[in-house]
Amino acid sequence: MEFLKTSVIPHFNYWVYVILMMIGLHAMITKNNLIKKLVGMTIFQTAIILFYVSIGVKSGSTIPILEHHHDDHAEVAAADAHHGEPAESDHDSDAVNPDHFANPLPHVLMLTAIVVGVSTLGVALAVSQSIFKDFGSLEEDEILEKIKQGGAAIDD
Amino acid sequence: MIVPFDIIILIFLVITAVISLRVRDLLSATMILGVYSFLICLLWAEMGAVDVAFTEAAVGAGVSTVFMIATIYHTRRRSSD
Repeated sequence: MEFLKTSVIPHFNYWVYVILMMIGLHAMITKNNLIKKLVGMTIFQTAIILFYVSIGVKSGSTIPILEHHHDDHAEVAAADAHHGEPAESDHDSDAVNPDHFANPLPHVLMLTAIVVGVSTLGVALAVSQSIFKDFGSLEEDEILEKIKQGGAAIDD
Repeated sequence: MIVPFDIIILIFLVITAVISLRVRDLLSATMILGVYSFLICLLWAEMGAVDVAFTEAAVGAGVSTVFMIATIYHTRRRSSD
């Protein structure tokens, strides 16, 4: 119970990330159907993305978008006007505090990972259709049996 | 981040992942994978990653489901496991 309170609940995202990754890996290794292997691959990829997005979370933070966007040029002109004075002292009040926002860097990296994941899924499904056309099955054992019988003499 | 919401979504995520791998009908598996994608999209909106959330909703849940349905239409719907 103490273990649950100290290590599972505060890091629940990471526990589920590991569980989902192992579910996906197990499916990719043991499933016989090629489409089922691809479902496992999708789950594996989203588990990794879940890990990276969980890194960027801060407690009490909001989405990384500035609500009050003030005019930068006016500020630069004002800083030029008081030349030589430390610029930080006079606009401390409207400075953006990064503690109030989730870290957007892992989000942006994972945006690329989602798109790459869908393109790998598309290529894998196209290869699966090609395999089905050649061997008449999507089951791994039937395909291996046909290859062993010299079924590479495909009806093309 | 809202912790109770987070925990509920994560539990449903594991359940849908297991069901989509256990079910023998591939079209059902694809549909449950779409449910999984929408749940993880909800999770990302809740964790503050709104850009990842709407990309997942459009690309992960939409396009990949369509790809898989097209493949199942051109091949076989039954799976041995």
